[in-house]
Amino acid sequence: MANEGPKSQTILVVGGGISGVTAAVEAAEVGYEVVLLERGPVIGGRVAQLNRYFPKLCHPACGLEINFQRIRKNRKLKLFTMASVVGVEGRKGDYTVTVKTTPRYVNANCTACGACAEATGMEVPDPFNFGLSKVKAAYLPHEHAYPQRYVVAPEAIGTPEAEKIKAACSYGAVDLEEKEQTFELTAGAIVWATGWSPYDPAKIDSYNYVHSPDIVTNMEMERLANHAGPTGGKIVRPSNGEAAKRVALIQCAGSRDHNHLPYCSRICCLGSLKHAAYLREQYEDAEVDIYYIDIRAHDKLEAFYRKVAADPQVRFIKSKPGSIVVGEDGRPTVCGEDTMTREIYKNPYDLVVLATGMQPNAAGDYRPPMSLEADDYGFVVPALEGDDGIIPAGVAAGPLDVSLSVQSATAAALKAIQAVGGRAGSSQS
Amino acid sequence: MEDRKPGVYLCKGCGIGEAVSVDELETVAGEMKAPLCRQHDAFCADDGVAAIKKDLADGTVNQVVVAACSSRVMTDRFDFDGTQVIRANLREQVVWSHPAGDEDTQMLAADNVRMAIAQAGKTAPPEPWTEGEFSQRILVVGGGVSGLSAASEAAKAGHEVLLLERSDQLGGWARKWARRMPHRPPYRDPQENDVGALIAAVEADPAIAVKTGATVTKTEGMPGKFTVQVSQGGAETTETVGAIVAATGWRPYDPNKLGHLGYGASPDVVTGIELEEMLAEGGAKRKSDGSPVKTVAFIQCAGSRDPDHLPYCSSVCCGVSIKQALQIKQADPGASVYIVFQELRTPGTAEEFYRQAQEAGVIFMKGDVKSVDSELTVTVDDALLGEEVPMFGLDLVVLATGMVPNATNVDSATPDKGEDQLKSDIDPLSPIAVAGYAGEAPEPAARPEENVPPGGPILNLQYRQGPHIPVLADGFADSHYICFPYETRRSGIYTCGPLRRPMDIAESAEDAAGAVLKAIQAVRGAAEGAALHPRVGDLSFPKIGLDICTRCRRCTVECPFGAIDEDENDYPLVNPTRCRRRCRRCGTCMGACPVRTISFDNYNIQMISEMINAVEVPDEFEEKPRILVLACENDACPAIDMAGIKRAQYSAYVRIVPVRCLGSVSMLWVSDALSRGFDGIMLMGCKSGDDYQCHFVKGSGIAEERMANIGETLESMMLEKERVTSAEVSIADSGSVTKVLDDFVAKLGELDPNPFKGF
Repeated sequence: MANEGPKSQTILVVGGGISGVTAAVEAAEVGYEVVLLERGPVIGGRVAQLNRYFPKLCHPACGLEINFQRIRKNRKLKLFTMASVVGVEGRKGDYTVTVKTTPRYVNANCTACGACAEATGMEVPDPFNFGLSKVKAAYLPHEHAYPQRYVVAPEAIGTPEAEKIKAACSYGAVDLEEKEQTFELTAGAIVWATGWSPYDPAKIDSYNYVHSPDIVTNMEMERLANHAGPTGGKIVRPSNGEAAKRVALIQCAGSRDHNHLPYCSRICCLGSLKHAAYLREQYEDAEVDIYYIDIRAHDKLEAFYRKVAADPQVRFIKSKPGSIVVGEDGRPTVCGEDTMTREIYKNPYDLVVLATGMQPNAAGDYRPPMSLEADDYGFVVPALEGDDGIIPAGVAAGPLDVSLSVQSATAAALKAIQAVGGRAGSSQS
Repeated sequence: MEDRKPGVYLCKGCGIGEAVSVDELETVAGEMKAPLCRQHDAFCADDGVAAIKKDLADGTVNQVVVAACSSRVMTDRFDFDGTQVIRANLREQVVWSHPAGDEDTQMLAADNVRMAIAQAGKTAPPEPWTEGEFSQRILVVGGGVSGLSAASEAAKAGHEVLLLERSDQLGGWARKWARRMPHRPPYRDPQENDVGALIAAVEADPAIAVKTGATVTKTEGMPGKFTVQVSQGGAETTETVGAIVAATGWRPYDPNKLGHLGYGASPDVVTGIELEEMLAEGGAKRKSDGSPVKTVAFIQCAGSRDPDHLPYCSSVCCGVSIKQALQIKQADPGASVYIVFQELRTPGTAEEFYRQAQEAGVIFMKGDVKSVDSELTVTVDDALLGEEVPMFGLDLVVLATGMVPNATNVDSATPDKGEDQLKSDIDPLSPIAVAGYAGEAPEPAARPEENVPPGGPILNLQYRQGPHIPVLADGFADSHYICFPYETRRSGIYTCGPLRRPMDIAESAEDAAGAVLKAIQAVRGAAEGAALHPRVGDLSFPKIGLDICTRCRRCTVECPFGAIDEDENDYPLVNPTRCRRRCRRCGTCMGACPVRTISFDNYNIQMISEMINAVEVPDEFEEKPRILVLACENDACPAIDMAGIKRAQYSAYVRIVPVRCLGSVSMLWVSDALSRGFDGIMLMGCKSGDDYQCHFVKGSGIAEERMANIGETLESMMLEKERVTSAEVSIADSGSVTKVLDDFVAKLGELDPNPFKGF
């Protein structure tokens, strides 16, 4: 045991969000063979769904594009989409991993010409826009999709539409017979970067998310504000398409709450400050109320808080609202007590945005198929001793923002390199 | 390179064959003297790729021009083991964004083919520069938690390390802590401080050489070979290392500036650091008389989040005060402990720690501290009660002072240059963009005055651009802090820990590992002659022809990465052993050079000039204007591609030339294009100025400055100044970029055609 070196120097990265992508390219650029697995059709994860980043209000696609370039150039990095891990056996330096692929119904011949989408009239809810809009049953996941390859929605399979889609393809790229498959690969280290999902707002009964289209989540707000989103970037009331000018942003919708997520999700305060900026950028007369417990704008992000707070049309109300009710006119009304003034309020809005927290997928629908130490919330804890060849990164390890996720993933890449030991070959080609 | 034999591969797939006449394009390729031209229904298909491979194998061609889709796709298909592949975009930027069967669409396609063939004529596979010696050793400056962690992580990854610590002991501030904040579940109780074990491990590691009482007096060189002068006990030694991790950490904010919070009024008003020392020595006591404390108040944000002191949040202080409060409570459950805060910040799972303190009976008060007097009466403007509440009978008042980054070595003399590097070039309080105000607009916040921190540079870089590591704001080291937090403006030099931003022990240790990974990439990439982020792996480097250099120094001044030094005669230093590997290949030097004497094998003035010249400019009677767009290949070009993916349409009079960065744009291209008869020229790149979005930091800003001077050129040519413009286009502007183009074309339509047409 003592001198048993790693049998495989390959580093497996599970999850193609910003953390997984970062860990994969950083390790590959040192010169290691890297396999990156993403269970969906494209990489980029939650970051690809964001409209802007705080505090610079710059575009996530900008940094993603650089990462896509790095992936394209690097022959040591192999990407598999529609692929998830269903089994891990072995030990540090010598893992056998069982990978399941789910059908995309479109193979590598796809040129993304779009003839399939044109051929069908069938539409399905667009998962990229959280179902706020519809997309053709054969679709490119979004304009910045990487890989740039279409997907046939499973709903179309077995219908005549599928045959139309298949017939439209000149490149033999549509494969309606594609089945779920499994294959095995070996790796010396595994970076577990399976990310997060927004906390289900329907679980917060008193906020009535399911009873009003004008109560949305913070992630839905990202899509509403995005030029490629369901409204072309105009922030409107989903119920009637009117401009959303009087808006409430509800912090800790689920987070810091023993009945839901006991931890602080860290990103939501800054996310809501950013949403206030989106609204103010669109509407001269927008009025934004932020209901909060504490505004957690750590380190230099404090400057962003100050900038947003300097706007007279952004108001901060220290209160955790007790309920959100749908008024007779259909407008959501936020009810509660102002902690500072002790006033009971009932404020109607055009739109209410719930700053829902982050829930690790490792505790949800992507549970690790091996024993990993995790805390009570499902965040994976790095192994102190013993089998430390499986390294959690990004939000799989804790609620982190993008910068912290990249930091975590870069560190994880180093740990993975240490785990597979030895020196790799050329870092290029 | 030897005789270029570009094969031109015209793809008919994805609608190209239906929208334009590919046979006519083949004629164009023949006119451009391409030795071979083939058509295919889909070159990306296996038999298409095989056809190209066969031509390469039998030597018919040695360059591949693929006229098909954007260079952003099918790169794995069109990858022929080192053969240069040039892409002519006929899909996203021609047939998907212009009407099929249209004369202007055909002309656009023909020009894109011409430009690609012209490009092939002036690009060559770069010859990597791999001469010289390379060190794999990593220098870590600073022996606190981040430096120790960096040293340990680098050694575990197989690298030798030189670790320098300015003081006579390793461990930094954290060595003094009795306990540390929890970072493992259940996140509830202060944990054992294991810094001692980390120190011991580093000291015992044969791969790590430790020098205490040591500072860097001078640093020269580049990734793979930095020459570092180290001063230790009056003796100077010269060390060679391949990369540098700066981990100089932090210092507490000077409490003497916190008189308004009672510091100095009583010995029993102490800082968190002083309390730590007491806790490590057995427990909290009154400094005045040594008696144990029964009632303690912590004042949060003592200096932090205060425009008059530290404008930022020091991030760790809430957790630190909770830790200390719990330690006091654990020692004496009967003690009364108050924490007075404005915003309680325990992000992530640290929320549990906050909860633990609440359950242990620590009392949290939200409010502003109005005064602290010598009797230890703390007056709080209580936010919940809405009134001022005096707190009497306190035994100890603890000021939770913030963290100041050690961007300089305060123990050494302040040099007379480089001050600018210690000032942020952005205004942290520049107002957010708003559509307008319902009422009166508020006064914009004045740009805060930045104090240059005292002290000498921590590495004393012998660079043309000064001795310091540039800072971003408030003295924290510069980086692309969202997407690429380790990327600095000094190649091969990475920062980590509280030098980068305030962070605690666990985060510093992790951050150190990240910085080490980048350092390892730097030493390995250097040995292969390859560029670092973001043009990772690019083997080209700038070649500077000194024979016609006028010593104008624009290249040395404008390089965003301080990659070009000057020799004693003010010539750019081309001596490759000193600075060449600092280059990030953005081409800003090339764009700066007024005499066109800087070039890359695969990207040069001539190449773009030839591409511009390859465009057929119809004479003025045809009424077909031509507009040249020089577009950033990282952001603007993908945005234009995405407009095509959405089948958005725009003027077919536009000719788009991708550039590495707007910084690489030579104003000579602009004047060349005008004299060729182009009616207008647009530079399209990333946001500059505050919150710039340029991947090469300053490229778009520099282009903007250069554009300010283009007026003279236009005037001398008797042309209207509206003909040349620039536009900020981000990668997310796929929805609006077509309008930017069309509006410019429409505006030019109001002018007469460029009178230089036909000359």
